[in-house]
Amino acid sequence: MRTDPLFQPVMSEVRSTRTVSLSFNDQALEVPAGISVAAALLMSGINRFRATPVSESPRAPYCMMGVCFECLVDIDGVPNRQSCLIEVAEGMRIRSQEGARDLIFQPGDVQTAIEQTVEVQS
Amino acid sequence: MSQGTQSVIQAEVIVIGGGLVGTAVAYGLARSGADTVVLDQGDDAFRASRGNFGLVWVQGKGHDLPDYSRWTQSSASRWPDFARALMADSGVDVQLRQPGGFHMCFNDEELIERQSRLQTLQDALGDYPFQMLDDADLKARLPLIGPSVVGASYTPQDGHVNPLKLLRALHSSAQAKGARFHGGIQVDRIDGAAGEFCVTAGGQRFIAARVVLAAGLGNPGLARQVGLHAPVAPNRGQVLVSERVRPFLDHPTVHVRQTDEGTVQLGDSMEEVGFDDSTSTHVLEAIARRGVATFPLLREVRLIRAWAALRVLSPDGFPIYQQSASHPGAFVVTCHSGVTLAAAHALRIAPWVMGGAMPDELGAFAGERFLTDKVFSHAH
Repeated sequence: MRTDPLFQPVMSEVRSTRTVSLSFNDQALEVPAGISVAAALLMSGINRFRATPVSESPRAPYCMMGVCFECLVDIDGVPNRQSCLIEVAEGMRIRSQEGARDLIFQPGDVQTAIEQTVEVQS
Repeated sequence: MSQGTQSVIQAEVIVIGGGLVGTAVAYGLARSGADTVVLDQGDDAFRASRGNFGLVWVQGKGHDLPDYSRWTQSSASRWPDFARALMADSGVDVQLRQPGGFHMCFNDEELIERQSRLQTLQDALGDYPFQMLDDADLKARLPLIGPSVVGASYTPQDGHVNPLKLLRALHSSAQAKGARFHGGIQVDRIDGAAGEFCVTAGGQRFIAARVVLAAGLGNPGLARQVGLHAPVAPNRGQVLVSERVRPFLDHPTVHVRQTDEGTVQLGDSMEEVGFDDSTSTHVLEAIARRGVATFPLLREVRLIRAWAALRVLSPDGFPIYQQSASHPGAFVVTCHSGVTLAAAHALRIAPWVMGGAMPDELGAFAGERFLTDKVFSHAH
């Protein structure tokens, strides 16, 4: 089932906001600073964030408040990040989360992940 | 509902309790053709069946009561056929895997105690395969094991299922075979006359010649009304569950297992805290530490939920299975291994309830064993 995002940017706000550059699956994106990764991807027209571990169905954000875990992506090599809880940053490299995370082979930087999460929650 | 409009529902058997124990017995009854009614409380009740770990576990159980080990083995060996029957009747694959399980030891004393326990069982039962593994053996079998694990015991009989799928499969299968479920109702009273029990619950009356008490922590009060003694009490277990990760662990262990859908469950705490089913940070921390010590790659994993549930434990930790002498037709079936023993409950307890012989192993499990001055302890 295709799902078009219900979220639309408030244009007056977008124009007045600083932007950052990041990438999603190697596609360069310019998005407003200060918003969540999930919001940034949705407003960029991305509606497939991940494939589920069990059936590999496509998924996109649902709750946008940290509860549903539908918005998982890989950010800077760290898998299974809740993109609705993380603020966009300059140069972020985001990839879709393809199925379950692999604990055996994982190049990610967990300390960065923890620091980013703390920033958004505080 | 007023007394005047009270409805009366007749059946051959009333099962009180819609958890893993009650639904397993009800499924066994329904599949043998018995007209069965199941009475279940609401979701505000203590729900051990929704909080458990999912092991089908044989290893080490009953080292001081071999009949319990025999009973456990009889269920584990019936599990493959049982899982197929559930699949056929409900369409739910409960994800049974019985590849053998490991019990990790973190020091030499634990390893020696473990060996002694399993040797005692093998001496008593004969057919009781197990292996003791030192750190090198274990590393060869489980390459991701941590350096603080000094060894492990392994038995090929152990396995696991998805316990939530099991509960759903039991509910669906029992209903597919004709059992009638009444949810969200509390049993107020059981009145027993010879060959006829009347259970009053939620403004309705249920009448049957046989009644099975499988109400977990609700059993002590119900048992008293039909001349049975079932002094079970809550024992809290806490569980952590992780995000889904790619398969890294094929075998269940007592403290860590990976589920069929990729999450990792960490658990096996035991606390005597009455009817408090909340979680506590220090216990969860200890569970997480032991998990990471066992498999260091779990250091990286994100935990997504924690919960606690109350085990249903008798004073010696073993089940209570008994037909009432004063109220024939009333049975109590209560234990804390509702997953492991589900096959035995469906395939061996149900025929007994319908008038068949009591299974040989069950002589040791009458509730009267607690009517002494002896001080009991349970080793789970």
